[in-house]
Amino acid sequence: MATEALGWWGVPLAIAAGTLRGSAPFLFVSLGECLTEKSGKINLGLEGTLLTGAMSAYAIAYLTTSPWLGVIMAGVAGMILGVIHGWLSQQPRVNDVAVGIAMIIFGSGIAFFLGKPFIQPSAPPLPALQFGAWSSLPQVQSALQISPLFLIGIAIAPLMQWFFRATRWGLYIRAVGDSPDAAKAMGISIFKVRMLCIIAGSFLAGIGGAYLSLYYPGSWNERISGGQGLMAVALVIFARWQPMQCLYASLLFGGAQAIGPALQSVGIDSYYYLFNASPYILTLLIMILTCSPKRTLNGAPGALGQ
Amino acid sequence: MYRSQLPITKIMINRYNSRTLEAICIPLAALLFSLLLFGIFCAFAGADPFGVYASIYRSAFGSWRAFQNTLLRAAPLMLSSLCTALPARLGLVIIGNEGAIIVGGLGAVAAGLSLSTAPPTIVQIAMAIASIVCGGLWIGAVGALRHYRGVNETISSLLLNYIAIALLNHLVGGPMRDPSSLNKPSSYPIAEINMLGDIPGTRVHYGLIYGLVACVIAYFLIQRTTFGFAARVAGGNIRAARIAGLPVGKLTIMICFLAGSCAGLAGMVEVAAVHGRANESLNANYGYSGILVAFIARHNPLAATLVAILLGGILASGGSLQRSHNLPDATVLVFQGLVFLVVLFSESLYGRFFKDGSAVTT
Repeated sequence: MATEALGWWGVPLAIAAGTLRGSAPFLFVSLGECLTEKSGKINLGLEGTLLTGAMSAYAIAYLTTSPWLGVIMAGVAGMILGVIHGWLSQQPRVNDVAVGIAMIIFGSGIAFFLGKPFIQPSAPPLPALQFGAWSSLPQVQSALQISPLFLIGIAIAPLMQWFFRATRWGLYIRAVGDSPDAAKAMGISIFKVRMLCIIAGSFLAGIGGAYLSLYYPGSWNERISGGQGLMAVALVIFARWQPMQCLYASLLFGGAQAIGPALQSVGIDSYYYLFNASPYILTLLIMILTCSPKRTLNGAPGALGQ
Repeated sequence: MYRSQLPITKIMINRYNSRTLEAICIPLAALLFSLLLFGIFCAFAGADPFGVYASIYRSAFGSWRAFQNTLLRAAPLMLSSLCTALPARLGLVIIGNEGAIIVGGLGAVAAGLSLSTAPPTIVQIAMAIASIVCGGLWIGAVGALRHYRGVNETISSLLLNYIAIALLNHLVGGPMRDPSSLNKPSSYPIAEINMLGDIPGTRVHYGLIYGLVACVIAYFLIQRTTFGFAARVAGGNIRAARIAGLPVGKLTIMICFLAGSCAGLAGMVEVAAVHGRANESLNANYGYSGILVAFIARHNPLAATLVAILLGGILASGGSLQRSHNLPDATVLVFQGLVFLVVLFSESLYGRFFKDGSAVTT
């Protein structure tokens, strides 16, 4: 990195660059989780979905040399896992959190099993848009390389917000999530609505995985996700179940993740690992500050986790 | 209708028996079904399913030597599973086993290194106490956050896993680092004499005894003491427990502390009996497998010992699957995932085959 030339100014720049690069997976999983939780189910298994998505995207992109086909296949792979989660978690007396843990093990197992042959070869990465051409500084130019996939994610957030607020289907989902009995009285199939929400949410999480393996960091290995899928649940709580706030939360988490590497680039690396854990510490602190034993959280779907 | 005219099966399968029968048959059927699914998976992956089953059996239970390998892996699994099984009695889903194992291991190393001149017995006791306290406080904090701040225990314990991993990397990469560990940053090693030895006549270390004893104690604590009874009442209906005057908060924190201390002890066993030092091998997924053990055992500590041995066998067979069937090491992970999914599905089967009263539904 040429950040040294900028001295301390390199740190905020590197954090900004890291935010623009590293937030997309958070954004996709949190939007996926938000959609799932609005219908009243929790999907803790998005970590497995993220890994499976990353693996399938990389494998398909390598085999077909088309990264965009890889992105689609990542979504489809996510949907397949979503079908399992959606069906299983709606059986009587089956706890959706437990199914989520099982899906983490199963999804990462499948991803590592099928992805083994793809650790070595290199797949074509997703192209990036250059927004930094106006600047003469190479650091600024590289910081403003933005993946179109990230822009798509940013576009989905307000769309989903509008979808929940203004459409009939959005109303159905909110009804199922808030009060299943009322929804049943309206003649809505709770099973179908939740199933579709979980499948669509898993599709988004799969795309988030494709971003990891095809854009940033841009390779496939078994440590690629590092718990980002697990953060989805915490992110959605932080975002108060609002898609637009999922966007802001993802940017914050992407930025927090970039603090460690940014400080390392100016020579501060004695607390490197602890800074790397900052998204997790941040989430925990936010939860401690905002939760209360007296009331359920503002904005939480009424039937969540029941 | 007179009682004597009832068919004999209806009399024999009364309520109590049918529950016991279910509790044995359904998990067994689930295990068999997941074996079937795994076989289909292997066939798709191009391996002979029966060959795979055979080599899992051979490398897990086939010989005394293999079985000792299985027991070695079962020891931390038993302790780790208690970290999920105990809070489950209160209705809490805690998955912070991995973090508690790591913190417990770090505590044990710190105690073992700072007391290196004391007699070995003292050092070992100190290591055990340090790991119990560290792991206990780690998960106890989850319980306290749950009670005082209403923070979801599943998510906070999950986040703590990642914080523990970062702490481990930080400590073995910096303050505790042995400069001679080049490729794999590790802490200074514990003196050979202070390590937990093997049970005489075997290659199995004393960690197995720790695991078995902890499971038996946990079972009696839950099933046979007033403390356990109070916990079960609070787990069943928290409002009723409050009205009955049970100290729900204290119970939550106590149970979480005990749960964490068991997982912490697993970390101590790994450090003091296997690795001899703290490094990233502490983060060996015994946490996640422990959750699986707890769920298959339906949160019963005695059943957890058997399930841990079974799963320990599957873990032990990973290497041989790689060698003799050319399957990647993640095969074991797929198997675990399948077992977990099928076992969870089997939860919905309880009460479906035997009506609550007396008779078998046809």
